[in-house]
Amino acid sequence: MSGQKPRTLFDKIWDAHVVDTLPDGTALLYIDLHLTHEVTTPQAFDGLRQAGRKLRRPDLTLGVIDHNIATDASRYTGIVDPESRLQVETLERNAAEFGMPLIPLLDDRQGIVHVIGPELGRSLPGMTIVCGDSHTSTHGAMGALAFGIGTSEVEHVLATQTLLQKPAKNMKVEVTGTLPFGCSGKDITLAIIGRIGTAGGTGHVIEYCGDTIRALDMAGRMTVSNMAIEGGARAGLIAPDQTTFDYIARTPNGPKGEALARAMEWWKTLPTDAGAQFDKVVTLNAHEIAPQVTWGTSPEDVLPITGVVPNPEEAADEARRAQLRRMVEYMGLTPGQKLQDLKIDVAFIGSCTNSRIEDIRAAAAIARGRRVADGVRALVVPGSGLVKKQAEAEGLDRILTEAGFEWREAGCSMCLGMNPDKLTPGQRSASTSNRNFEGRQGPGGRTHLLSPAMAAAAAIAGHLADVRDYQPKGSV
Amino acid sequence: MEAFTTLTGIAAPLPKANVDTDQIIPARFLKSISRTGFGKNLFANFRYKEDGSENPDFVLNQEPYRKAEILIAFENFGCGSSREHAPWALLDFGIRCVIAPDFADIFHNNSFKNGVLPVKLPREVCEQLMEDARMGGNARLTVDLERQVVVRPSGEEIPFQIDPLRRHLLLNGLDDIGQTLQHAPAIDSYEARQKAAQPWLHGG
Ligand code: SF4
Repeated sequence: MSGQKPRTLFDKIWDAHVVDTLPDGTALLYIDLHLTHEVTTPQAFDGLRQAGRKLRRPDLTLGVIDHNIATDASRYTGIVDPESRLQVETLERNAAEFGMPLIPLLDDRQGIVHVIGPELGRSLPGMTIVCGDSHTSTHGAMGALAFGIGTSEVEHVLATQTLLQKPAKNMKVEVTGTLPFGCSGKDITLAIIGRIGTAGGTGHVIEYCGDTIRALDMAGRMTVSNMAIEGGARAGLIAPDQTTFDYIARTPNGPKGEALARAMEWWKTLPTDAGAQFDKVVTLNAHEIAPQVTWGTSPEDVLPITGVVPNPEEAADEARRAQLRRMVEYMGLTPGQKLQDLKIDVAFIGSCTNSRIEDIRAAAAIARGRRVADGVRALVVPGSGLVKKQAEAEGLDRILTEAGFEWREAGCSMCLGMNPDKLTPGQRSASTSNRNFEGRQGPGGRTHLLSPAMAAAAAIAGHLADVRDYQPKGSV
Repeated sequence: MEAFTTLTGIAAPLPKANVDTDQIIPARFLKSISRTGFGKNLFANFRYKEDGSENPDFVLNQEPYRKAEILIAFENFGCGSSREHAPWALLDFGIRCVIAPDFADIFHNNSFKNGVLPVKLPREVCEQLMEDARMGGNARLTVDLERQVVVRPSGEEIPFQIDPLRRHLLLNGLDDIGQTLQHAPAIDSYEARQKAAQPWLHGG
């Protein structure tokens, strides 16, 4: 439309999904895809049942089991923990009762909800996607408006296929320049959070742009957008481009042929118009990014691997000093200590942040021809059954197991202390997941967030290590 | 949902910023399939020692705060995950109102949906209320949603802002779904339009 105000990618997706506007400006937003898992749905289905309501669009709803299942062979013999079993069985029962499609636990397509959506071709540009899980922001890498919702909102979407929402503000994070050697999407996203803080994006949807983001493959983009939520944002977004279209064309359930051609016509109109206004703009030069690692218990407490543990007493105000002292104590650190000297007990490569085939390739490239250090337990947990199969077809599982890594079944695993894969109190982990809060990976556990290549390097070194010192041996 | 009109009760001081949902209700307690029963594990990592016994230093284990109905905290309350178990746990414990300088978006949303009122007040005001809350048995505040004021023990009234729709729903204990279903014809026609324009979204 000529004369129309230039719009952002977020504005365009939003405008295309407003069903109705309430007097106070709240929008009734149509939801194109609702992903569900076992943890945040039982109470929602319960609510439907109590009110005698139906699932409005089973065809736009997809369930998968991921959070509290084992990722070792015990998956095949049944879930041991009675509460976990009850949640999984409840999801299965609810799926049957309400006619919701559910990927069975022992199916190749099973995996972490945020890995399978894009991988199957169900998460597409221009869509609105929700899931009762904060890392739904991952799907924003497809150019979809995707955000986490609470259980009453899950119930609302199940019953109405809509959500009551206030528009978010627009924030642009532009990253330019060539990403230095040893860095990946994870280092970009951690560096951004280090810059803006965990409340930097509050009330906003972040659009990631710039040539550094453009140069990332879809896995890297998903890693970036995955952690938009750690930057406080409602969602992350990356404009769809040829990389996105090529990815979709390879998915099993994405549109094909004429449907794809027609979809692409619309998708190409989605990128932010020149001159569109953002409420907040942050720019980052990729040259300044070095391999990142978190040292504290908030994702914003991140440093280059060459850094040292900060001295809490040097912080500006008492509140921050107290917070830093607590972090240093909880994490078992000494101010001034080199991060590279921190011995680890566990390396965890997995989670919806970093469990795609590209992540596993990056870890295997470092692991090839090397050995996990004595006393370190190293886990590689693929994000889905399809990722696992692909990795096995490429022989990555053998490279990893020969190096002493455990090769697991797909699931959330040690990303959160909810299934058998947990840290024990005091254990230190190098983890590719997204949260380092106290107890996140198990009570008393100490988490350092980093990239898959950095986690593999740490597993081999036995301490946090600079991946730039661990060049791949031979080609993978 | 229980309506929220006016609440007078004990306010507990939690002088911390960035209280995340993992602190409010740790992930290991999320396995229930019902909406109730989470109160006993509210702030579990602070409330209980490793052997499971109560930590007497934690405010909610002290009298009169065991009966707190209001919580005062600092910036970015409820950050972290989207788990609705956080307001459920607060509610199940008996807390129906949290006052802080600001809240994480999803927590803020989830609170309203479950009848927990998040009240945003400037940091200086929260510091004053924190002092009020430290007065133990005299730490009674009134949160009047109808008049949109917090009443301090001194009788001073502090006005607060709140979204009018949220206020209306809370005051009447209304559930969102029933409201939305009144828009069913609009949803039907949106679906028909979208199916024609973007058939690939509807299996076409
Ligand atoms: S991998 Fe971790 S962050 Fe991702 S969905 Fe699972 S538990 Fe949540």
